Amino acid sequence: MSNGSVVRLADVHKTYHTGDVDVHAVRGVSLEIGRGEFVALMGASGSGKSTLMNILGCLDRPTSGSYVLDDADVSVLDRDQLADIRNHKLGFVFQSFNLLPRTSARENVELPLLYGTRSLTNVQLREKADAVLASVGLGGREDHHPSQLSGGQQQRVAIARALVNDPEVVLADEPTGNLDSRTSVEIMGIFQQLNNRGITIIMVTHEPDIASFAKRNVVMRDGVILKDFGVTQRLDAPTELQNIGPIDSEASS
Amino acid sequence: MKVGSTLNIALRALRRNKMRSVLTALGIIIGVAAVIAMVGIGNGAKAQVEAQIASLGQNVILIFSGSTTSSGIRTGWGSAGTLKIEDAEAIRREVPGVIAVSEEIVSTTQVAAGNQNWFTRIYGESADYFDIRQWPLADGLPYTDQDVRSANKVCVIGKTTASQIYGNEDPVGQILRIKNVPFTVMGVLTPKGLSTQGVDQDDIVIMPYTSAMKRVVGGTTLRNVNVQVGDGSQINAAQQQIIALLRQRHNIRPGRDDDFTVRNQQEIADAATATTAVMTVLLGSIAGVSLVVGGIGIMNIMLVSVTERTREIGTRMAVGAHGSDILMQFLIEAVALSSVGGIIGILCGIGASQILSSYAHWPTLISLSSIIIAFMFSAAVGIFFGFYPARKAAALDPIEALRYE
Repeated sequence: MSNGSVVRLADVHKTYHTGDVDVHAVRGVSLEIGRGEFVALMGASGSGKSTLMNILGCLDRPTSGSYVLDDADVSVLDRDQLADIRNHKLGFVFQSFNLLPRTSARENVELPLLYGTRSLTNVQLREKADAVLASVGLGGREDHHPSQLSGGQQQRVAIARALVNDPEVVLADEPTGNLDSRTSVEIMGIFQQLNNRGITIIMVTHEPDIASFAKRNVVMRDGVILKDFGVTQRLDAPTELQNIGPIDSEASS
Repeated sequence: MKVGSTLNIALRALRRNKMRSVLTALGIIIGVAAVIAMVGIGNGAKAQVEAQIASLGQNVILIFSGSTTSSGIRTGWGSAGTLKIEDAEAIRREVPGVIAVSEEIVSTTQVAAGNQNWFTRIYGESADYFDIRQWPLADGLPYTDQDVRSANKVCVIGKTTASQIYGNEDPVGQILRIKNVPFTVMGVLTPKGLSTQGVDQDDIVIMPYTSAMKRVVGGTTLRNVNVQVGDGSQINAAQQQIIALLRQRHNIRPGRDDDFTVRNQQEIADAATATTAVMTVLLGSIAGVSLVVGGIGIMNIMLVSVTERTREIGTRMAVGAHGSDILMQFLIEAVALSSVGGIIGILCGIGASQILSSYAHWPTLISLSSIIIAFMFSAAVGIFFGFYPARKAAALDPIEALRYE
């Protein structure tokens, strides 16, 4: 209950009504995540981690229980209020990047700004997007379309998009699921850099070695938290990249 | 709300699918162009008919002699010769508001001058006729009341008759032989062109009706009388008084039919413009159908677009788009397509009617109101046919939309 916690879930349940059967996807999760944490949410498919992620991302509301994000109870907000919360306080990174096709990297990154409450001129939009793209190592590629970028570069555009509104929390849903292992480590390197800058990151993954880049792992099974522990042997992305070796050795694995 | 950035978002989305946007707008372009061109043609025809009706003269009442029935065969108006010169004079004298009267008899005959001859129509008229028909002379002078009273052998001729008989020579002052009677040509009328029935109005010889009766046609009865009233508001009263006067003069007992027929110019004009108005509505509504088809094209593309961009919509919602933002985006896309299509269509329609009027010699008339209506209608088509797909997009659940393959 300290002031440092940015996410506070208390006894959250989520039940889906599909036909006659009620599916209890999440059954009583209480979780507190402090500012500046880097949490990996793990679990097999059907464990409820995706549902929990949707609730954390304000895309879905809990059936019961409360969710306090940045000292505001968001479990009582309506659809449009949730959209504003997502815009101001959250950044999303998806497994399949979800970039707009035939749209430049810059315009993709500008997207959350267009839905924000601040009205910015085209020049301000551009400056902001270009600065964030440069911070994830994509300076000079602002005009490239997604089809002209590699998977790792596309995910960096998506990360830049998540960061452009200076969110409280970055939520990443299997961010390395579509990437080879070297690129995955590179993306983890970016996450570790962001985390070192004080940004809170919550990441869903089912790969234990990817989870080892985080500071804390939460394991779910059957809609409840099974394990919650700090990572003792945390991996460091630059070191791992050196271990993998030059780009050719394992590029296609 | 955030109108500027929503507009920005919608225009960016359209630019991403240039080919599709152009093809979708094409439906509206063709529809609007068709409406503009068709209504232009209809209005042009209407304006032409109105101009021809106006050339009959302002506030004119036409009185025709009755028809005869002989052995069961009914002849046309004017054949019975029920109208006499005295009737016309009585109208001139007794009906208030009448400013001009022309007794009219009509015949066709061969006319000749030098070694040329021509078959043409002979109109016997009073000197008022040129004022009633608003038909000035291009050359020479009209005949006078004195010429009418004396039944002088003078005439004025139309442009067609002049060129058939005299070629390039000046006809004024020349002799025209009509049934071997030499008439002096006093003037040439300005050309009027074809009438609504396609008759060449310039193929004509006009002379005093007295001269026509005495020297060309024979007989003492009139085919019809042209009456002009000074003020348009008096036309119905004057018409009633003429009917009453003529019934009295012809000793027609109450209950019996008139032995003459009265028409006023307004009735003739109404009938003719009603026909062309029907044509305009018909052409416009056929073209309107293509505009609706264009609108359905927009709806179809927008629906495909919503389905195809489900994941995009999910992404937009994830980064903070409200349902209303998505609704506005798709609505603006549809309206932008239809109104840009509308503007291009208006230009194409104007171009098409210019081409039609210059190559097919059809008169076209594009009014500002038809342009404004076509534009408003195309924008309305965008809103109407864009609303359903836009609402469908706005109602998507972000989680479902993000998961959509």
